[in-house]
Amino acid sequence: MSVAPSLLVVEGLTKSYGGIHAVRGVSFSLRAGEILALIGPNGAGKSTCFDMLNGQNRPDTGHVRLLGEDTTGKKPREIWRMGVGRTFQITATFATMTVRENVQVALISHGKQLFNIWGSAPNFARGEAGRLLELVGMGGYADRPCGELAYGDLKRLELAVALANQPKLLLMDEPTAGMAPRERVDLMRLTAQIAREKSIGVLFTEHDMDVVFEHADRILVLNRGTLIAEGSPAEVRGNPQVQAVYLGEGLVYDSRHREGASA
Amino acid sequence: MQLQPGPPMAFYVVQFLTGLASAASLFLVASGLSIIFGVTRIVNFAHGAFYMIGAYVAFTLTERLSGTFGFWGSIVAAAFAVALIGVIVEMVLLRRIYHAPELFQLLATFGLTLMVEDLVVLIWGPDDLVGRRAPGFKGAVDFFGQNIPSYDLFLIVLGPVVLGILWLLFQRTRWGVLVRAATQDRDMVAALGVNQKWLFTSVFAVGVFLAALGGALQIPRDAVHHAMDLRIIVEVFVVVVIGGLGSIIGAFVAAVLVSELNAFGILIFPKISIILVFLVMAVVLIVRPWGLFGRPEAPARKTPGLTVNPWRPLTSNERLAALAALVIAATLPLFAGNYALTVGSEIAIFVIFAVSLHFLMAVGGLASFGHAAYFGLGAYGVAFLAKMAGLPMIVCLLLGPLLGCMGAAVFGFFAVQLSGVYFAMLTLAFAQIVWSIAFQWVSVTGGDNGILGVWPEKWAASPSHFYWLALGVAALVTVALRVAVFSPFGYGLRATRDSALRSEAIGVNVKRMQWTAFVISGTTAGIGGALFAYLKGSVFPDNLGISLSVDALVMVLLGGVETVSGGVIGAIVYKALNIWLVSQTDLSKLVLGGFIVLIVVVFPKGIVGMLEMLAQRRKSTSPPGASLLAKPIESAE
Repeated sequence: MSVAPSLLVVEGLTKSYGGIHAVRGVSFSLRAGEILALIGPNGAGKSTCFDMLNGQNRPDTGHVRLLGEDTTGKKPREIWRMGVGRTFQITATFATMTVRENVQVALISHGKQLFNIWGSAPNFARGEAGRLLELVGMGGYADRPCGELAYGDLKRLELAVALANQPKLLLMDEPTAGMAPRERVDLMRLTAQIAREKSIGVLFTEHDMDVVFEHADRILVLNRGTLIAEGSPAEVRGNPQVQAVYLGEGLVYDSRHREGASA
Repeated sequence: MQLQPGPPMAFYVVQFLTGLASAASLFLVASGLSIIFGVTRIVNFAHGAFYMIGAYVAFTLTERLSGTFGFWGSIVAAAFAVALIGVIVEMVLLRRIYHAPELFQLLATFGLTLMVEDLVVLIWGPDDLVGRRAPGFKGAVDFFGQNIPSYDLFLIVLGPVVLGILWLLFQRTRWGVLVRAATQDRDMVAALGVNQKWLFTSVFAVGVFLAALGGALQIPRDAVHHAMDLRIIVEVFVVVVIGGLGSIIGAFVAAVLVSELNAFGILIFPKISIILVFLVMAVVLIVRPWGLFGRPEAPARKTPGLTVNPWRPLTSNERLAALAALVIAATLPLFAGNYALTVGSEIAIFVIFAVSLHFLMAVGGLASFGHAAYFGLGAYGVAFLAKMAGLPMIVCLLLGPLLGCMGAAVFGFFAVQLSGVYFAMLTLAFAQIVWSIAFQWVSVTGGDNGILGVWPEKWAASPSHFYWLALGVAALVTVALRVAVFSPFGYGLRATRDSALRSEAIGVNVKRMQWTAFVISGTTAGIGGALFAYLKGSVFPDNLGISLSVDALVMVLLGGVETVSGGVIGAIVYKALNIWLVSQTDLSKLVLGGFIVLIVVVFPKGIVGMLEMLAQRRKSTSPPGASLLAKPIESAE
């Protein structure tokens, strides 16, 4: 086979809240080592879609398959055990613990040692935690309390934590939100590099189109709950429907959009 | 349909109506609590105290003012007077702690409750006061041979009327709109230029008014006494847990439900009627964890996180110092008399109790407000084994705590389904249920008379031997829990405390971790209780009472909730102070309550926390702005 088998297959995902169809019949797939961006204007259903993939939310209909196994309706922790790492739009870390301890907790969980009550946690997988921190460039911060970190560093820490279970798939919800422009570029470069080296599939949502077009292999465009476009950055960039949807989001590629301003 | 309504049927109807009448006061108090919580996010533990003051003030006024107008005027005037007290409390105390962690707010208002209990006895005396009958509602209505007090019928009507008035108040007035808006998002309301201070004060006044009215309206039905605050607050907590905190309709429905369950529970389980309420509460919590009419709460504010030094195991020098302290403590029998040794044993036992709760609170972030339940269950476990099964002491000490373990396993399972203030209220309610069982089930527990004659065997009977036993167990327990803190389990538990969201996202089963911690903590408390039974030679319902639960909380807080082993220091200081205080004054609750309020307001880090901070400052390794940086990130969750 010339094409790698699909890591993630999403079929006909649908979710409504009351009478509002947040997501309607979304289907796509993702290969190992591929970086896929999910974009769309505010309210397009990105977050709902994302939450259904990571188990935060259950779809009304449709299925999510990870390596052939149905993950629909599974809890976030069960999905993590199947090899999915994730980062949050607003970082979620263990603020009272040190940077190293944050990673160690993930390693303890991965090693199924959570109910080990007599072992020594400070020495647990210290080397592995250090390697993960080095990988994301946080090696020098290992003993810092997590609560003292700058936001960009928290994002990198989240990445290290997400990599602790040697994931096959990374789900990143707006990975660069709230970061300085320079930090955004660095973080996504790092993510892309790790993903390619380890052949990890990455699905991310993002508002910063520079980040999207620079790093995504493929882009999915969501509007009002349905996929309106899918393809390489170049294809999506040239898609008139996408351009119409995106006007007003600060993305102006050519002057044609002026006409569709009311859309 | 049978045509002749037999007496049993009528009896059930009357029982039902009695339940409805009891629901009125319960609803008034619960709705007040709900309204205050909705806007200020404070669970006002002192609500029961305001209810009680309402009853006392109304009693005094109705005794002075005669006639129909005098009576009803007194009831309303009492509610207004107490609301005024509420305003003062809000302005002087609560305004200082609106931004403190929930635990501190609960504790401060509890401290207030303690103070009120002593003040009430000081002013009105310790005896029950029987108030006047309500003019116009003195008689009874005959219902197929059964009597229904007409005052009950008045209360049955009053409940829905108050509900209607509150509804109009919230739907039709500008103030009501502001309150509803603030309940949804108080920051937004503040941003819109509403005077927050005035809004909070007025809401608190209304809530307290309702509580006091509830108390005042009870005087024709029930004697006024100085323990009525705790009884009502536990019932109110049960009501708001079932109905959903913040919902007035929920408060009404749940008040009716709980009152009816109480009314009929007595018929079904005469000895342990409270079981029925518990069962219903358990079902509601499983089906709808946020109550019948409640909504899921936003994640609780982080209890620690004022500033946190990363925890680390003791260095070898510190270990030596701790060992030295233990050795010095062990030499006490060489120079101290029997009384001092008994006090020493009691302090050692309270160290066990304190570190058990400290583990749950500091590591797990779960503030149990009913931890005495597991302490007391351990004590009762020993008493049952020793008195009924006649087992040797060492076996009793090993097996007795298992009763605490089982209690913690059952109640903990439900408690960890909730978090924050709900967790606190639920654990308190559970403890009160255990207390009621111990109190009511006389044939097994001896009721109020307790179980006597639980004396240690010869090898541990002398004060010095018992002291060494207690000290040794305390040291063992403290070390074991420290090991647990720095075990993989301890790390995982801290992770669930810091961020449940992140924990679940890295495969941690948060509830199971918390449940395990709860069982560990409850079992440890049970060990303390087991020793306590032998120390006192007897077991009483008070061994699982609320005041003991609060002792535990204060010890933890005094030691410092952000520390690894602050509970040890907290227990030693608090217990020594407490024993001394009780010997010095009759108003120990007043002093203790004031002390709690003081800790919360001016001393929130506790002793060990303060020492650590001073040490940190001297080293000054971390920049002073660090804690400020940490805050927005934490609250962003």
